[in-house]
Parts: sequence; structure tokens; C-alpha cells
Amino acid sequence: MRLRTTFKTVVTAATLGLTGLAGSAMAEPFDDGQSKDYYAALKGKKVGFVPLSMGFDLTEGWNAGLQNQADALGYEVMVRDPNWNTEAGAQAANGFIAEKPDVLILHPLDMQAYNRIVQKAMRAGINVIQINLKSVTNGDVYVGTDWYEMGVKQAEAVVNACGEGSGRNGKVAFVQGMLANPTATIAGQAVNDVFSAHPEIELVATQAADFDSSKAQAITSTILKQHPDLCGILGIWDGQDIGTAAAIREAGLEDQVFLVSSGGGNQAAACDNIENGNFDAYYSYDVPGQARDLNSALKILLQTDPEPGSAPFALYTPLKYITKENMTPSSCWTLEELKAHGG
Amino acid sequence: MLNRLNQERIVLLISVILFIGFSVGLDGFLSGGNILSLVQNVSILGILGTGMAIGVIGRGIDLSMVSTMVISVAWMLVMVNDGTNLWVAFGLALGFAVVIGLINGVLIAYVEIPAIFATLAMGVAIYGFGKSFLVGTDVVYLPQGESWFYQIGSGRFLGIPNPVIAFALVALIVHVFLQFSKYGRYNYAIGDNLWTARITGIPVRPVMMLQYVLIAVIALLAGVVIATSVSSMNTRLALSTQVYDVILVVVLGGIGLSGGKGGVRNVIVGTLLIGILLNGMTILNLSYTAQNIFKSIILLAAIVIDTMLNPRDEQTAQHGDI
Repeated sequence: MRLRTTFKTVVTAATLGLTGLAGSAMAEPFDDGQSKDYYAALKGKKVGFVPLSMGFDLTEGWNAGLQNQADALGYEVMVRDPNWNTEAGAQAANGFIAEKPDVLILHPLDMQAYNRIVQKAMRAGINVIQINLKSVTNGDVYVGTDWYEMGVKQAEAVVNACGEGSGRNGKVAFVQGMLANPTATIAGQAVNDVFSAHPEIELVATQAADFDSSKAQAITSTILKQHPDLCGILGIWDGQDIGTAAAIREAGLEDQVFLVSSGGGNQAAACDNIENGNFDAYYSYDVPGQARDLNSALKILLQTDPEPGSAPFALYTPLKYITKENMTPSSCWTLEELKAHGG
Repeated sequence: MLNRLNQERIVLLISVILFIGFSVGLDGFLSGGNILSLVQNVSILGILGTGMAIGVIGRGIDLSMVSTMVISVAWMLVMVNDGTNLWVAFGLALGFAVVIGLINGVLIAYVEIPAIFATLAMGVAIYGFGKSFLVGTDVVYLPQGESWFYQIGSGRFLGIPNPVIAFALVALIVHVFLQFSKYGRYNYAIGDNLWTARITGIPVRPVMMLQYVLIAVIALLAGVVIATSVSSMNTRLALSTQVYDVILVVVLGGIGLSGGKGGVRNVIVGTLLIGILLNGMTILNLSYTAQNIFKSIILLAAIVIDTMLNPRDEQTAQHGDI
């Protein structure tokens, strides 16, 4: 009896205690020793983002992730869209520098154009992140693809399909993108390095298609007429390579020509084209993963607030190799998913 | 003899010389397959050029053509991806193109803004409007479907690539329109001398409206060929220099920017020269920069030869040249 009463008292006390705790939780967040500082460090901060253009899968994906985290943690990511124009991008970045955000995220179209802007921002005390394309000048953080690695992997994929041991003739073509872009400069170097180590590979054509699928189609159709026994083609970006694929399909050479492409791994741009046989292999730099890396870099910079340039680091993106055989429903992503719970 | 060489013939001559040179010098250039793909690769340029020719002959120009093409077709693809019936979507895109043509026409014929400025502004406006309200992403992909519509840009008919047939049809229709229809002849009259045409009683403003509507519709058709051949539409084309390539094909073929001269044949000649050049240089595996140098040298050569053989004089010169 007595025991029972005691038990009742204990339960009542515990319930009251819990209620009290819950009540206080509404007023004062539980601090595990670090979380309070974490939230305080992020709240109310300002981040500027100058993509090379909004409106395409990569930048829309990153931005979806950035905005989700900013909303959750109470800071602000402002976006200024220069729409593929380097000058407008420089202007937007300079505008941000004048407003002194805590972090500036840059996505340069060209390896040289933002060199001075990166330095200027860092002198002004702003931490700089470069995403997926890097100026020659380092900021505090680079998040993105190692384009040399990308070039090597793509070239190796073609070597595997057409080189020694494949029983094929080793004739390959390289349909480049836009020439000043790091993807072309660095990946082009990588491709040359790999091919020079494989003398059985004969690079019969290297042509630039300006990231334009129609140009890629025209160039590829001419190359295929000239080399109907072509074994493989290196693409540079899914949005352009779909034109290359169209030319291969039109020539009826889908089974003969191995096309390796790359890109952000968007469902419509990548997996749909792997599924229907347009691309034989694909290296994805996985935009949802990059969005998470970008957010991590932001969280680190905002909490540690380093002197700009004092502690630079890089988060190179692990590349995802996708083919028809290893493809799963989660190999690619859609913008709706990323907007709903990305980052 | 020499002064019978007008620009069209000079360009034709250069084309023939290049053609013979490439045929002798390059293995595989002369194969039937390569010749077809040569024409196929420039057929979109040719379709756009044919449309532009209507404007230039009427002493106008349409710099918004590529924007119209890109946005109307990208919007159509967005609608098809969202489940709209293909033909409904095409109808709406056609309506959109016609409205753009009408706006261009009103600005030029009634508000009397010079065509080059009106369409320059409209090009930016169309792209901006389209990217803000109609098309979310830069590249819109085309779903694969059963309808013959999807074959316009990719299949073959009697062994001839469909884009070549599309170019031939558009060229034929525009040729008939320009040479044999009343409004086509009015177009020449207006291009030759607007005020005389007006005094003669030609409905100058409605004919100018018609020009821009036709150009916009032809732009839409070119876009359909692109979208069905590369299974996508890249809206970034609107920001490219493609519209200059189109003007180049027109002017190169010998349709003077002063208006009233030339026809579809000139566009075909200009298009073929570009086609032969691009094809030969790709086979030669010339670098991108070297290709641009050769292209511009040949173009300059054509214009210089024309100017030397047919010097401008008081009687043939017109004011209003761009």
C-alpha cells in the first residue's frame, strides 16, 4: 500500500518534471554543449551566390539545397543571376562585396575572369567558396569536380571500350565544349595524357561544339561519315552530348559507337538518356551531393569565421559512374526532390 | 564577262571551287552519305535564312528570330512534358509565334521603329518573358513519342534526311510566295522603295505585318526540326550568335540589306557555301579558332570581290542600307 503510494508519487513527480522540462524546452533550447553556439553562429548571417546562370539543372539544384538549409537555420542566401555573362557576373560579385556578406559563393564560367574578384572579396574580409568551376586563384573553399579526374575517367572508359583487349580498332573522337571553360582546358589535358599512354587509341577528331547540341550533332554526323568504323566518342556535358547521340542514332551506329558523357546527374538529362541508350556510360558529379558539400562548407566557414585565405580547403566531388547495368531509381535526381528535401 | 558576276554567282563559284577542292583533296567528302549530311547539317540554318530573307527583301530584318524559335518550341516541349496533347501544344506554340510576329509587325509598321531596333529589343523581351513565365530550365528535353511529328528532325524519307526535306519544303513555299503571290510581289516593291510602293496603293503596313508573322512561323518550324533532331531544345541558343549566322547566309547569298533584291535561290547558295566549308573543315579536323578564321576570310573575300566588280554608284545606291 505504502509502496504503491510512493510509486504514484514518483510517477506524478516524474510526469510533472517532464512537463516542466518540455515547457522550458519551448523557451530555451537544449544545449548539448555545442548546439547553442552552432545555431547562434549561423542565425542572421548573409551569403551571396553568383552562379554563372540560374535556370539550368546544376545551379537550380545547388540553390534548392542552399535555400533549404538557410531557411532551416535562419540565415539568408541571396542569388544574383548574370545569365551566362561574365561581365554581369563580375558586376554582381562586386555588388555583393560592397554589401559585405559573410560568405560569397562564386561559379565562374571562365578560369581567369574572377581571379581579381576572389582576391578583392577576401581582402574585404569575405570568405569565398567556388563551386564546381574554379578560377585560377584559390578562394577559401572549392567544392566541386576535379576536372582532371573527370577527363581521366572518361578517357579511361573509352580506352576500356575501344583500346587494347577490347578487340576494337581504337578509333575515337572527342567532341569538346566551350574552349575557355575549365571543363575543356583541364579535361582536355587529362584526355591527352591518358591517350598518350595508350598508343592503340587513335584520336581521329577533336572538335568544339560550344555546349550546343545542334552543333554537336552536325560535327558528329560529319565525323561518322568520314570514319564509319569509329569506335568511341568522348562527350563533355550531357546537354550537348544529346546532339552527339542523335547523330550516332541517325547513322544507325548505336551498337558500334561507345559514347561516354558527364554532367550533374539530373534525371531527364542523364538517366533517361542512359536508359534509352543515348549514352553508354556517364560520370555524374551528383548535384545533391554537391549541394550537401556546399552547405557543409558554409556551416564550417560561418562557425569558424576564419581570416579569408588563412585555412583553404577543397571538397572534391566523388564521381558517380552510371551505366544501364548499374542504374537504380536513385542514381539520378529531380529538381522537385531537391527542392523538397535537398541539401 | 566579269561584271556579270554578281555576289550570288561569286559565292556559287567559290562554293564550286571549294567543293571540287574538297572532293579531290579529302577522302570521303564526295560520298553520297557525306553530301546528304552536309546539307542536313545546314538545313536549320537554311530554314531560318529563308525566313530572314522575307524580311531582308522587304528592307527589314528580324533579330528576334532565334529567341522566337527557342522560346516557342521550348514552351511547347514543357507543355508536352506536362501531359498536354502534342497537337494542342503545337497549336499554342504556333499561336505564340504569330502573336510575336504581330507585335514585331505593329512596332515596325505602325509605331515606325526601325526593324533592327524593334526586333533587337523584342528578342531580349521574348527570351526574358519565356524564361520567366513559360520555361523554367535552360534545356528542355523532348519525350519520345509515336507520332510522325517526332520524326521531322530525325528520320529519313526515301533515303533523304527529313531536315533536308523540311528545308526544301520551306524554301519552295517561300519561293512561291515571293515570286508568284500578290503579297510576295508587294514585299519586293516595299523593299525597293517604300514611298513609291505606298503611293502606288500597296497596303504597306499590313504587308510588313505579314512579313514578321511569316518569319516567326518559319522560326517555329526551324525550332521543331531542331527539337525533334536532338531530342531537346536549349534555350541558351537565344543568347548565341546564331542570328548573325542566319543574316550571314542571307547576305552572303546576295540578298542586299538595302532590300528589294534576291530570292530563295540566294539563301540556298549562301547556305551551301557555309555547309561545304563547315563540312570540309570538320573532316580536316581544323581547330575551332582556325575554322572561324577561314570562315571569315571566305566571307570577306566574297564581299570584297562583289564590291570590286560591282562598285556602288549614285544610281544603284539606296539610303537605308544597314
